[in-house]
Amino acid sequence: MGGWSKYRRLLWMQIRTSLTYAMQYRLDFLIEGVVSIFWVGVTLIPLIVVFGKRETIAGWTYDEALVVVGMFVLLKGVLEGAITPSLMAVVEHIRKGTLDFVLLKPADAQFLVSTTKLQPWSLIDVFGGAIVIVAAFVRMGTHPGPVQVAAGAGVLAAAVLVLYSIWILVISLAFFVVRVDNLSYLFTSIFDAARWPISVFRGPVRFAFTFILPLAVMTTYPAMALLGTLETSVLLASTLGALAFAVFARQVWKQAIRRYTSASS
Amino acid sequence: MLRRAITAWPTLLRVGFAEAVAYRAEFLVWILSTTMPFVMLALMSSVASEGKIEGFDQKDITAYYLATFLTRTLTGAWVVWEMTQEIRQGTMALRLLRPIHPFVSYASSNLAALPLRGMLAVPLLVVMLVVTPQGLTHDIRFLAAAVLAIAFAWALNFLIMACIGCVAFYAESATSLFEVWLGVWMILSGYLLPLALFPAPVRAVNEYLPFRLMVDLPVSLMLGRLDGQAALTGLATQAVWIAGVGTLAMVLWRSGIRRYQAFGG
Repeated sequence: MGGWSKYRRLLWMQIRTSLTYAMQYRLDFLIEGVVSIFWVGVTLIPLIVVFGKRETIAGWTYDEALVVVGMFVLLKGVLEGAITPSLMAVVEHIRKGTLDFVLLKPADAQFLVSTTKLQPWSLIDVFGGAIVIVAAFVRMGTHPGPVQVAAGAGVLAAAVLVLYSIWILVISLAFFVVRVDNLSYLFTSIFDAARWPISVFRGPVRFAFTFILPLAVMTTYPAMALLGTLETSVLLASTLGALAFAVFARQVWKQAIRRYTSASS
Repeated sequence: MLRRAITAWPTLLRVGFAEAVAYRAEFLVWILSTTMPFVMLALMSSVASEGKIEGFDQKDITAYYLATFLTRTLTGAWVVWEMTQEIRQGTMALRLLRPIHPFVSYASSNLAALPLRGMLAVPLLVVMLVVTPQGLTHDIRFLAAAVLAIAFAWALNFLIMACIGCVAFYAESATSLFEVWLGVWMILSGYLLPLALFPAPVRAVNEYLPFRLMVDLPVSLMLGRLDGQAALTGLATQAVWIAGVGTLAMVLWRSGIRRYQAFGG
């Protein structure tokens, strides 16, 4: 292992390859961009319409709910731009048996498969989400202090980690059942529920979205951290939980890789 | 031409059904991925718990979204994906060799999946009757009208998709166009929100558009929210739109296929 600098160089290479690839399809880039912006609008309209009738919903004002939607759009961009395409490529590798070529390379396999395919146009979603969040704060006439920004960024990073770890687990499943592309489709649909503050959900659904499939951790907590309403204990617990989950996913991935190697030899 | 289609129809349906059964797991995932009605149900139910919204109390809201899910499940089509893929890959040529209009074979494969969808629809209907016994209309005439409206909604959905599929003869971006259509459809059809929640000007314009015929009309009939006059007008409007869009689809197909043949040499 060459340490950090090797992986930094490798990451840069991977990003450059993805960019070069995407730049071959400039018109697609433009169209995808317009469609992305359009979908941000589709996500916002129900909220605008419903808040036209009510001051607050489940204890959230319109502007606060906007911050959650902003987080949702941003994370969706990360999911569709950086996580899903790369890991779907692994499924293809496993099916075709070409994963051997990846495993033979003198770098960590999980790192390689996680960075091979990035879709630059999803950055538009990430920016779109950020703009929605900024707009919400401008409307409120306040801005988060440095502590809140740091906390928000921290919880958001934890959210990305959780999202990525769930994907790693799904991909590990691919070593056993191969057909997981539909599972990814299902997950993307369930992720749609993360667009509302978690307090909208009640009873067992809220429990499931907090602890089993932690959608609350992904959008509501980062938004609350920015708004300065997240308790420090929840912040610490969710960050530690995310780290523990990532370690667990890593172990499962290693087990799965071992199984793959022994199956082909 | 028509006689041939009628003779081949039962066989086409059998083939389509066998396909649906062969891909039953994918099929199930695909239906389970229709999460949007439930995501919206969570939000709206939270809103309605604090008091009626536009005449909808919590039970009405539950009935509304269950009916929406049912309508979506029974009126789904995927001809636009089949067409764009076959045109791009050139496999459309195989379909053209058959002595039957491709629209007929697409329609039969879409319809043949209905029994499998129905298997999911029936338990949902039971749930609906248990959760909100008063939600569903008990008038058999309106239920019959709802069944007819669902059939018409499917036809309209299928033909609009076929029109957009024909765009693939000319442009690569037919799927992007479909995404835009889907977004507008989600908002204006009543799929995301009951149309009564929208501001009056939006509703006035929407009266003249086809979107509301595809979700709002069948759902309103099912829930018994329309009088006899409105039901008949709605069904007649659906029929007019089907004739119009059907003609457009045929025109687009004829001119598109001429171009396609020129490509094939």
